[in-house]
Amino acid sequence: MPKTLAEKILQAHTDEEVREPGQIVRCEVSMVLANDITAPLAIKSFNAMGADNVFNKDRVSLVCDHFTPNKDIDSAEQVKVVREFAKAKEITNYYEGGEVGVEHALLPERGLVGPSDIVVGADSHTCTYGGLGAFATGMGSTDIAGAMALGETWFKIPPTIKVELTGTPEKFVGAKDYILKLIGEIGVSGALYKALEFCGPVVDDLSVEGRMTIANMAIEAGGKVGLFPVDAKTLEYCKAAGRTGDSELTADEGATYERIVKIDVTGMKPQIACPHLPENVKPVDEVKDVVINQSVIGSCTNGRISDLREAAAVLKGHKVDKNVRLIILPATPSIWKQALKEGLLEIFMDAGAIVGPATCGPCLGGHMGILAGGEKSISTTNRNFKGRMGSLESEVYLSGPAVAAASAIAGKIIDPSSI
Amino acid sequence: MTIKGNVHKVGAHIDTDAIIPARFLVTTDPEELGANCMEGLEHGWIKRVKKNDIMVADENFGCGSSREHAPISILGAGIPVVVAHSFARIFYRNGFNMGLILLEVGDNVSKISDGDELEVDADKGEIKNITTGETITCNPVPPFMKEILNSGGLVEYVKKRLSERN
Repeated sequence: MPKTLAEKILQAHTDEEVREPGQIVRCEVSMVLANDITAPLAIKSFNAMGADNVFNKDRVSLVCDHFTPNKDIDSAEQVKVVREFAKAKEITNYYEGGEVGVEHALLPERGLVGPSDIVVGADSHTCTYGGLGAFATGMGSTDIAGAMALGETWFKIPPTIKVELTGTPEKFVGAKDYILKLIGEIGVSGALYKALEFCGPVVDDLSVEGRMTIANMAIEAGGKVGLFPVDAKTLEYCKAAGRTGDSELTADEGATYERIVKIDVTGMKPQIACPHLPENVKPVDEVKDVVINQSVIGSCTNGRISDLREAAAVLKGHKVDKNVRLIILPATPSIWKQALKEGLLEIFMDAGAIVGPATCGPCLGGHMGILAGGEKSISTTNRNFKGRMGSLESEVYLSGPAVAAASAIAGKIIDPSSI
Repeated sequence: MTIKGNVHKVGAHIDTDAIIPARFLVTTDPEELGANCMEGLEHGWIKRVKKNDIMVADENFGCGSSREHAPISILGAGIPVVVAHSFARIFYRNGFNMGLILLEVGDNVSKISDGDELEVDADKGEIKNITTGETITCNPVPPFMKEILNSGGLVEYVKKRLSERN
């Protein structure tokens, strides 16, 4: 039977024959992930399960990236639980302090996830690694505890929606705009329980980082995974990250798709998701002039070096509006160092931005950029739920890095091409 | 298992930030999380809930983050069952893993109003609306999920699988 990408990867990790969507199969996992919010609960469940050791100490990653450096005593206590567990179980990939980065930027960079892997993470944006051709999906802490103990978990074979991207993009339009456009079209439950598989000439031209940006937000359409074929670019990225033995991967000719969505990016304007759902997507022209108090550039969606380069190109020689706090968080220490080396941090600071450590902080209303009542933020993050970044009376608009940078200069949401 | 209680109706796409905002995620204690249940939807929402009340939601309930704190806070609030048009995928797994009963009723959700009294038979998949006299039938729980439920939740299920290996 010809298989979709999701079916092919699941088949490679199970003894059962993958036949059709809806079937439940038990699969071996390649990597299990949790962070400082979700790991404490996973550890509690792991202990309650009576497990002595993790299935493989090299295949569990614990990344304390949400409330670190610890924002208060409670978060310090949570991280302590994770740290002590990692030490007791001799977990190789424990990250905190100077080594820590936003988990979904850090793991690919360290070569810990890649093509054909099955990755389960107690974080909904685990689907990011689909950009590298991994069947990667978020789960809750107890599911993760089970996977840490057994090295396996169960999946329902998802039906797949194929997304074909064609056309020629305009300047300042990229990966974030494509995924926002898709979510705007199919809605936040448009891919509920399903796999998204991306293809087409625009995808072939996209950088691996851009593919991860798109895969990252598959969950915002309700998707289980957002998958990209593995090509020479993916292999090059993985090789540079220190992985060996990966090979190209494409869906089989004649695989069955539930639906095909075609998006022609020609003439597309930068896209903005308006409050309070990622599906409230409009072209920037329809949102411009919304006055903002904050602009955030970072997160597992858009905190990579290509995102920072895009923001710097817009910010160079400009000043941030005096009524706006521009917060820039390079997603990992090595991205930070690279940005320093290329002079990007200097451009940011000359413009009047706050450059912070690698953290998830403001994205989830954790710390380092909380909004007061009535405040508005433009952000390169992935969610704009009510109260996501602070007060229930605040508003978050989502965009790509160029729009977030341009809007910080203008003090209002603006098309970067008008800067 | 039969549960009788009053309905607290919420809307579509209720996300995990609405169920339990990030600022409360510095604990795993069910009571503490329960005391702040739905605090991201409406300040003080929990005050109207009695033990064994039932939450009823529209489409895509529990979308957003993977935080298991969400079903734990609903259970901690004393709500044993959520009836919805549909559930977000991660929340659906988490609910069963934690022992929160989730019933998907599709468009029939419109037959339930805020404040209605329901009698839910989770085994039969039957929801009797005592206030209106109507009965709604819902999708059966998939066999594999039943295996987890019959083991007593995922913790017990994994315990069993671990002992089989040794």
